[in-house]
Amino acid sequence: MGPLKKIVYNCKQATFLIEKKLIGRLTFRETIELRIHLYGCSVCRIFGKQSQLINTMVQQFFRSTDNPSVRLDDDFKQELQHRIEEELNKN
Amino acid sequence: MLANPAINPHKWVENYADYLYAYALGRLNDEEQARDLVQEVFLAALERADRFEGKSSERTWLTAILKNKIIDIYRKKSSGLTTIGIANAEQEPDFFWEDGHWHEEHWPKEFGVEDNDPLHHKEFNQVLQKCMQKLPPLWLAVFTMKHIDEQPTPAICTELKVSDSNFWVIIHRTKLNLRACLQKTWI
Repeated sequence: MGPLKKIVYNCKQATFLIEKKLIGRLTFRETIELRIHLYGCSVCRIFGKQSQLINTMVQQFFRSTDNPSVRLDDDFKQELQHRIEEELNKN
Repeated sequence: MLANPAINPHKWVENYADYLYAYALGRLNDEEQARDLVQEVFLAALERADRFEGKSSERTWLTAILKNKIIDIYRKKSSGLTTIGIANAEQEPDFFWEDGHWHEEHWPKEFGVEDNDPLHHKEFNQVLQKCMQKLPPLWLAVFTMKHIDEQPTPAICTELKVSDSNFWVIIHRTKLNLRACLQKTWI
């Protein structure tokens, strides 16, 4: 099988290139290979779209500094501040 | 008493505890560990308070301390998984045939949320979090350091002691598993 034919039929390689493209850079050759694969493979096109979506969602979620669903309970916080005050008074 | 006017530890818990906790929890998936870390960060910060010059904000400074502690934990968790950290993921399905074709039962299917602003889709977000929690620790470490903290790949490889080729294998397999988990749980 020629190298081009290989990528055309290889979804494992294509999904790998999708990931590589999302965080880095593809070589010229890889860009062409991926484009040809995606042209003929709707399953990998879905993968690519969803992979991008996952990245965006994860980034948005983790970067939102005010995330109301994750909170420490008040008792723990009170204890913690108490502990800090103790340390401050030590010196 | 503390002489450094650039910091105010009396307000630390009120101002930063929840933020640091969320930060740690997202990267470790362990509530107890995340809580302990918040405490450790504050105590460590007190110890070196005199060295804080106020060049960055208090929050940035505290977050940097937390980051280093998280990386220490990643390292401890991943030592022993020198090859690739697949040990925990033996149940991981084989997505592809030997020739690289998808197994038909693993074909990606539309989630059905792609077009109606999933970023504000709360339930979908929760499923995503749950799926992240299923990842092996080393994979989660690589994933968050790359996608959330956007650290350069060579730095991640050095910090976590993974080779460049293993880094790429982990990036690929993490996404395959994460996406499959979303599909399985959501649809």
